[in-house]
Amino acid sequence: MRIFDSSQSKCSSGGCASDDAAPSAHRLGTTRRSFLRKGAAAIGGMAALVGALSPLRDLDETDLGSIEKFVQKHYKEMSPSEMQAALDRISREVDKRYQIRPDLKDIRPMDGVEFVYALNLSRCIGCRKCVYACVEENNQSRDPQIQYIRVVEMPRGTLDVEKGNHHYDRPTVPDGEHYYMPVQCHQCAKPPCVKVCPVEATWQEPDGITVIDYDWCIGCRYCEAACPYWARRFNFAEPKIASEDINPRMGYLSNRPRHKGVMEKCHFCLHRTRVGELPACLEICPTGARKFGNVLDPQSEVSQILKSKRVFVLKEEAGTLPRFFYYFDERYPRSGGAQEAPADVEGAGA
Amino acid sequence: MKNYATFLWRCFRLSFVGDWRYQMWMLTLTAIALIGLNAYCRQLVYGLATTGMTDQVSWGLYIANFTFLVGMAAAAVMLVIPVYIYRNKELHDLVIFGELAAVSFIIMCLLFVVVDLGRPDRMHHLFLRFNFPLSMLTWDVIVLNGYLLLNLHICGYLIYCAYRKREPRKALFVVPFVLIAIVWAVSIHTVTAFLYVGLGARPFWNSAIIAPRFLASAFAAGPAFIILTLQVIGRFTSYAVPQKALMTLRQIVLVALTINVFLLLSEVFTEFYADTGHSASTHYLFFGIGNDRALVPWIWTSMGMTAVALLILYLPLARSLRYLNIACVLIIVGIWIEKGMGLIVPAFIPTPIGEIVEYRPTINEILVCLGIWAAGILLFTISVRITIPVLSGRLTIDRPYTMDPSPAGAEFTRVDVFGSERSTS
Repeated sequence: MRIFDSSQSKCSSGGCASDDAAPSAHRLGTTRRSFLRKGAAAIGGMAALVGALSPLRDLDETDLGSIEKFVQKHYKEMSPSEMQAALDRISREVDKRYQIRPDLKDIRPMDGVEFVYALNLSRCIGCRKCVYACVEENNQSRDPQIQYIRVVEMPRGTLDVEKGNHHYDRPTVPDGEHYYMPVQCHQCAKPPCVKVCPVEATWQEPDGITVIDYDWCIGCRYCEAACPYWARRFNFAEPKIASEDINPRMGYLSNRPRHKGVMEKCHFCLHRTRVGELPACLEICPTGARKFGNVLDPQSEVSQILKSKRVFVLKEEAGTLPRFFYYFDERYPRSGGAQEAPADVEGAGA
Repeated sequence: MKNYATFLWRCFRLSFVGDWRYQMWMLTLTAIALIGLNAYCRQLVYGLATTGMTDQVSWGLYIANFTFLVGMAAAAVMLVIPVYIYRNKELHDLVIFGELAAVSFIIMCLLFVVVDLGRPDRMHHLFLRFNFPLSMLTWDVIVLNGYLLLNLHICGYLIYCAYRKREPRKALFVVPFVLIAIVWAVSIHTVTAFLYVGLGARPFWNSAIIAPRFLASAFAAGPAFIILTLQVIGRFTSYAVPQKALMTLRQIVLVALTINVFLLLSEVFTEFYADTGHSASTHYLFFGIGNDRALVPWIWTSMGMTAVALLILYLPLARSLRYLNIACVLIIVGIWIEKGMGLIVPAFIPTPIGEIVEYRPTINEILVCLGIWAAGILLFTISVRITIPVLSGRLTIDRPYTMDPSPAGAEFTRVDVFGSERSTS
């Protein structure tokens, strides 16, 4: 059987339907019939195409990119006036969407500053207050809720975060049987997420914070696959935040509202920390388990902790050189003796 | 230029010509492609939340299909290697079909990547800031598009020359490109493997054996696809499939599948015997962790299919086309599972910090995948539909196919890529 390669094919004067030797083939009569048939087929095809495309009617206004958005440059390439134009555009969008005129700034890193985070495992009680303070500070989507911090309840006898429970739900914490390990972006000095991004939408700033240009990200999620700390989040749907929940104090590279289809993650609250304030997760912490500061300043609290406490990083073997350290209360004895330092589970309550 | 436009117009017209079975086939494919387009439009509006992907399992069916199809595209052209090395005459005219298949597969690959993007509207950012050579994804962009252009050139040039009744200048415009395409075929699959292998965060992928395994499995699934396709083409067109070619392909499949199974077993041994903390994903894939065992039936189906196919191929009964075809179908499906659900998804389970979230594709996501498959097969059908009359001299510049009845029993002209002249068999 030959479907389309008939040994005999012939054409009526106008149309071109093949007249196969196959008994089942159609024999077309006049030009007009052929024309009508083709016309009907073309109309049917167009109708089907329009039908297929019909969901696009529901596209949100913000999805229909403007020329302004389309030509907006990469963060690093914008001149001051271009940045101002972008800030104005974003402010207008936020105003329109949430009826709030935001205080949106592009805050640059400070000279001579490299931020690190230190988290005291002896103190953390697993209350997850940091998780929600972060969501409120950073204008994360509430539905579906995006959280940058994941607190893992750790069983005794291990420091391996993979053995922990992510979904513990207790009336009170701590329960005396576990300790708690909050995980968020570790702001690595050798960040695999930055290396893999095909469009340089994410990069490491001079103060050590890895940031994302939400207007540049193409949403391939390669960085999400590359992160050994599962620190990155993707906007699978358009973020939903009630107007009254919007934090109007915004940074271009930090907590301005995002759209669907882009990555986001912890940025050490850079709109706060770059002007000398502390991250929201630290401020809310009821036990003082969280410490933050400039590691280049030998007098800073974090520098002192790194020098004197028993510090470790998560998944050191991943080789990403995190700027997020975990430590226990115990100090190293001055002599450098080999005193054991058990995790002080009970002493966590404050 | 005008001639070329006429050529394209005639090709376009020709793609609508065929008997009722052809029309039904094309209509069905078009309908499925449109349903897929519809599903994709929904995804555009509501975001990737319409898929089963999550922050935990952030790549799913799209990337799985992409990975599988890169292999198919690579293998279709790597068929040329035996032609070149062994001077195997039977395979010579298969090259053109291999290249046509490669073009369709690559276009499907690119579509699968595009539908996976959260912001397809920003694709032009690739031209503005291209993180080359650091990001393996940029390497993939280069090799995939380069491969597409190479194969488009080779097919397009040969077909257009036949249409113009010119002798193709093979030494200049064909052979060097075919040779480059062969090396390039290896590169597209290697680079795609490196995309995963390079991630230290995912122990399941961070294994040097993945790239060789990719090549081996592609060399099995690709020729298996060509074996089936050639028979379909032989059945429905004037092109007579040389039986010897099918048997040569069978041997390629046999060797490649054997190597693939060997590499797979090496990997399984390493994971389960050492049984380190890094084997969690493999455990999940083969046996599940706790009550989470969504992939277990998939991988064992794949294992079973591969085992049966291997058995058939090693027995003399694979010389019968019916059994060979069964083996080919088992191989294609088995490798599709192994490289899709079996390679992409488990790397995300558990997450790097130990959370287990399973992946279940949604209907919308499946429809998008089916749509892309239908569009790709549609494209391949059209390209074969045009190529055969042109290469057999029934559609030329002075003879529009549809206006002029061809002489009965027109023979297909062998396209001898490496030979100096075209010979009619």
